Amino acid sequence: MSTLEIKDLHVSIDTEQGNVPILKGVTLTINTGETHAIMGPNGSGKSTLASTIAGHPRYKVDGGTITLDGEDVLSMSVDERARAGLFLAMQYPVEVPGVTMTNFLRTAKTALDGEAPSLRHWTKDVKTAMAQLRIDADFAQRNVNEGFSGGEKKRVEILQLELFRPRFAILDETDSGLDVDALKVVSEGVNREHSKGEMGTLLITHYTRILRYIKPDFVHVFVAGRIAEQGGPELADQLEAEGYDRFTAQTPVEA
Amino acid sequence: MAETTHTEFTPNTAPEGEVTDLGDLDEKARLGAPSGAIDRSAAIDGFTEQGESLSAQNAGSEQLGLKKHSHGNAPVVPEASRGERRRSFDLADFPTLTGLEEDWRFTPLKRLRGLHTEELNGSAPSIEVTGAGNVTVETVGRGDARLGASATPEDRVSAAAWHTFTEATVITIPKETVADGEVMVSVTGTHAEAAAQHILITAEAFSKAVVVIDHHGSATLAQNVEIVVGDGADLTVVSVQEWDDDAVHVSSQQAKIGRDARYKHVVVSLGGDLVRLTPSSIFTAPGAEVEMYGLYFADAGQHLEQRLLVDHAVPNCKSRVTYKGALQGAGAHTVWVGDVLIRKAAEGTDTYETNRNLILTDGARADSVPNLEIETGLIEGAGHASATGRFDDEHLFYLMARGIPEVTARRLVVRGFLNEVIQQIKVPSLEERLSESVERELAAGNL
Repeated sequence: MSTLEIKDLHVSIDTEQGNVPILKGVTLTINTGETHAIMGPNGSGKSTLASTIAGHPRYKVDGGTITLDGEDVLSMSVDERARAGLFLAMQYPVEVPGVTMTNFLRTAKTALDGEAPSLRHWTKDVKTAMAQLRIDADFAQRNVNEGFSGGEKKRVEILQLELFRPRFAILDETDSGLDVDALKVVSEGVNREHSKGEMGTLLITHYTRILRYIKPDFVHVFVAGRIAEQGGPELADQLEAEGYDRFTAQTPVEA
Repeated sequence: MAETTHTEFTPNTAPEGEVTDLGDLDEKARLGAPSGAIDRSAAIDGFTEQGESLSAQNAGSEQLGLKKHSHGNAPVVPEASRGERRRSFDLADFPTLTGLEEDWRFTPLKRLRGLHTEELNGSAPSIEVTGAGNVTVETVGRGDARLGASATPEDRVSAAAWHTFTEATVITIPKETVADGEVMVSVTGTHAEAAAQHILITAEAFSKAVVVIDHHGSATLAQNVEIVVGDGADLTVVSVQEWDDDAVHVSSQQAKIGRDARYKHVVVSLGGDLVRLTPSSIFTAPGAEVEMYGLYFADAGQHLEQRLLVDHAVPNCKSRVTYKGALQGAGAHTVWVGDVLIRKAAEGTDTYETNRNLILTDGARADSVPNLEIETGLIEGAGHASATGRFDDEHLFYLMARGIPEVTARRLVVRGFLNEVIQQIKVPSLEERLSESVERELAAGNL
């Protein structure tokens, strides 16, 4: 079993108006097999947490720690974090010119495993995973995300999740912009991987909708850069009924 | 990649004037801004809205055409049509260059090492032709009647080269002959003095051959490559520029295309301080097809320029142009100008040209100017597209977040981008060598 541990994390970004603190002391522990949902209103710092774990250069860590089984994640480069088993399904996957999906997937798999995948099995795995996520076979020959619709890009993120088999998956608003059918397809993909029992999941979402398909063990409510409240799945039901008003109206509570 | 220009013309479209793209460095899709965001914060030296104050001798910010001519008081009048550009064997017909000329405005004249001002009497690079046993190779004096029969200089440096060369290399693929190997023309420069060179390649009727002109070493060279593609012939000419770092090379490569002929021209520019190629394909009889490809990779300080012309002067010909360039390092500059001319008589023309540039680092500049002139609406189709994309931190983050180390990520992108052109060469040994050269270019950039 693995543990991803975030302790008292403070993160800021530099903007034209100066340095802006976003995360103001986040503490969170995720173990293999667990699904944690992070919910919260816009601007509460949910996506900042996701990008900081992955190592996006825009986010500056001012304090706190992130460790993976005791290893210091913050001292690792972006690619080292991925090779250590962290995977970020991005909110806005970029289009990468000049690189076909096939080439990209194989190169990434090779980097992650430290050796090239057996060609025969790999091709079969990719085909199967694509079919399950209802991704057109001809996407394999297209450049990474180039000309894909929003929903297609999200499905391709989950395709990578299933093929790369991370120890911890961080899903950054994977559900936003998806219609119900696509949401089901994407959720099934996450559940398939999760059911193998070798992955911990951090599910970041603005809406409760996806929680009908992916059942969280823990729900954390993010407000103004802190965890304002946490609980079990029942907290999500409460949010579904009441919305975020009661959190945004009052001063956030220390986690 | 952001499409900066994309136009399609269908038959019966009203004739269109010159379309000019001044090489905007558009970029899109930064994280959190999924579309339409244009970041112009990465300013590039010498870049202006007009994109014109480029030549070292063109320091002013005056709009082209408004500044007074350097040796007269008449304003510069740009040619009304690409087809009206002066063509002459007489050097005196081309005034001294100022850098304001439409066709020289992107070229840093000071770095031409005198090609445009001095006598070109240095020793020309040596030429060695190998590879095919059934192809004729001759070295002839400038008086040979075949020379200049098919191509006429269109600019001052080309005219100066014609004016000066003493002997020419003539390669002939005889009628109905299929060359029994690739014709390798090895051009090796050893001298820095300005020199002139003339090469004539003739593919006689129904012959078939691949000719590779492989430039290396160090030189200051004004060159004319005259190409004749006979009726029904199938000729591929590949011009590889892998010069040493200091080389200056200005080359006019004009091809005259016969009836039902197939002609493929490939430019590969990697090495040299300043390389300026002007490949032309001139259709002289119906039914011919031309493909023109280009691949260039500019490092810090390099100027790689390609200006091509496809002259559809006769009916029912087809042309396809694809040029791709990568740039990295401060002062890396590439220029692509694609002139396609569909004359009144050229009914049934089918043409499309594309230029793609990939900017890998800050401080590089790619100019891309597709021009399409159409004098008849009775065509199959005509279009062009130009796009300049940036490999930026978000692309890098995406690939690295999947475990791919930075160096591999950049290689992946550039290799994929340029391979489309390399694959078109169809000479396996050369494809392999060029792939390796591209890898070396990447490694040299300390990326």
